[in-house]
Amino acid sequence: MFEAVLLTVITAATPLLIAAIGELVVERSGVLNLGVEGMMIMGAVVGFAVANQTGSGTLGVIAAIAAGMAMSALFGFLVLVLVTNQVATGLALTILGVGFSGLIGEAFIGIPGLRLPDLYIPVLSEIPFFGPVFFQQDALVYISFALVIAVAYFLFRTRLGLVLRSVGDNHGSAHALGYSVIRIRYAAVLFGGACAGLAGAYMSLAYTPQWVENMTAGRGWIALALVVFSSWLPLRVVIGAYLFGAVSVLNLHAQAVELDIPSQLLSSLPYLATILVLVLISANRRLTLVNTPACLGKPFVPDR
Amino acid sequence: MRVELVKRKEHSRKMALLSPLIAVGLTAIAAGIIFSISGHNPLSGLYKFFIEPLTQEWSFNATIAKATPLILIACGLSVCYLSNNWNIGAEGQFIVGALFGSALPILMPDFENAATLPLMMVFGVIGGALWALIPAVLKTRFNTNEILTSLMLVYVASLLLDYLVRGPWRDPGGYNFPESAMFSDAATLSTIPGTSLSFAAPITVTVAIVLAVILGKTLKGFEIRVMGESPRAGSFAGFSAKKLTLFSFATAGGLAGLAGTMEVSGALNQLLPTISPGYGFTAIIVAFLGRLNPFGIIVAGFVLALSYIGGEAVQSAMGVSNKIASVIQGLLLFFVLACDTLILYRIRFVGRRGSAGEASHV
Repeated sequence: MFEAVLLTVITAATPLLIAAIGELVVERSGVLNLGVEGMMIMGAVVGFAVANQTGSGTLGVIAAIAAGMAMSALFGFLVLVLVTNQVATGLALTILGVGFSGLIGEAFIGIPGLRLPDLYIPVLSEIPFFGPVFFQQDALVYISFALVIAVAYFLFRTRLGLVLRSVGDNHGSAHALGYSVIRIRYAAVLFGGACAGLAGAYMSLAYTPQWVENMTAGRGWIALALVVFSSWLPLRVVIGAYLFGAVSVLNLHAQAVELDIPSQLLSSLPYLATILVLVLISANRRLTLVNTPACLGKPFVPDR
Repeated sequence: MRVELVKRKEHSRKMALLSPLIAVGLTAIAAGIIFSISGHNPLSGLYKFFIEPLTQEWSFNATIAKATPLILIACGLSVCYLSNNWNIGAEGQFIVGALFGSALPILMPDFENAATLPLMMVFGVIGGALWALIPAVLKTRFNTNEILTSLMLVYVASLLLDYLVRGPWRDPGGYNFPESAMFSDAATLSTIPGTSLSFAAPITVTVAIVLAVILGKTLKGFEIRVMGESPRAGSFAGFSAKKLTLFSFATAGGLAGLAGTMEVSGALNQLLPTISPGYGFTAIIVAFLGRLNPFGIIVAGFVLALSYIGGEAVQSAMGVSNKIASVIQGLLLFFVLACDTLILYRIRFVGRRGSAGEASHV
């Protein structure tokens, strides 16, 4: 029983983790991309469509990443080159993504999908309890953890990571030192798009292998909240994602034990929990002020 | 080739008027491309989508009926956006307003008199305002990001509506369908005599005019704009950012709640599991396309309402999915934001050699 619950928590947490770690890098570079939901849903529909047409889950995942990046490139052009308002542009990205995915996905409603295969890590997967939980997952679960470690290493142990953080903290100084603020931010935005697309692919190829309209159901927004929750520190994103994964599968397991609680109340728990967590975190000024990128959401036009 | 921005000495008034028009034009071109990709004649697609609904009386009326909630919600949102408060949860405020407004006819069906409808509207305003005040209070009290909280409450509101129409508020004589009982005549917003339009339209226009006066002629309107453009200057003038956050959220929520109540009482006549085709989100586009100005919003509301009706039209006439409507709405917001850059900046295309220079000004 406990093992089964843990398995569903992992599948619920993985898309949140992937999308949030991407957005964390974007925000560390000083850009607020509120379009995670839109990029994620495009990743979900494109990933499903390509996997369905080609029969290859790998191609589906790659296509989903490309779709997320294409969406984020559009966002990057507006926000970085045309210096549009980041909040409004991110919203536009979400509205466009939700609409576009509905149009593309109409042909795929009700078609059974393809599930990414589980990879059994030799030897380790045979350990009782720990084996099935940690070492018999699909590739994206492993990738999600690899991503977190890679991002943490990149941000705090490499020179380029330091440059990226300095761009996010003080774009004027970074520009004066000769770094291309716009190019670095563009790269970060594209990385965020790739992660969101990958998270979308997880939704439609592993979480529920089918296409349902609006199937991301606000997970992109929860991923944005997770970045605040983590106070922009990669390892804390893992804690947050698994916490929210656990809350969001409560519904599933409460039905199994036939609790007498309206299912709608249980379904609304992840959203209510997000609000509660945001309140707790942002009320703590010490926690937020230390790590918030100082130029987050601020427009940058280089002097010439 | 590279794109460079050159700051204008002052806002371009010409561009401020032109940029929404350019955006609509670019959206039409993009829509034409989508039509031809999906194998249809782009010109007849555009005609069916944007023009034909205006030529027939019933579809023209349907456009007004869709424009009404959009304009009302967008008017409220403009107060938020002008004062730099990012309320994106109007969809939830619309739903909760509709729930508060419907409480009277559903819980007290025998209360039928001249006061029924006005009371419902008051409840609707209160409901929407209360729902909007949640993110506002969290922002002023705990410094919580209002974008995320207001959006999360949309999901909570639609689940609440779902629970009520499937549970306690379900019509006892309704064969277990997830819907409330039909409202009585006293609880129905009637149509203007001689037309098929409900009174929601003139109420909305009145609200827009009142808002235009408040924004343009009163101290409150000045406060809203100052706090949006320079909160520091505003605080020296003695304006309180916190109070304004509460005020703008309550206004936006109240108007969204009123729109929700008028929608269930004037158009649907009962509560259903879904009562809005995303009005609260589309209204964000309306607010920006209308340049956060009540009169601009009235025009923009028509354009976006047309996209709903046009979507249905191309679906029935050409077999194009009506999902194309939401794609066009999303593209429109993108183009609006991109074109707004022209108000503050000149765009300069620089050749590969940089110094080759000022090729063209836009």
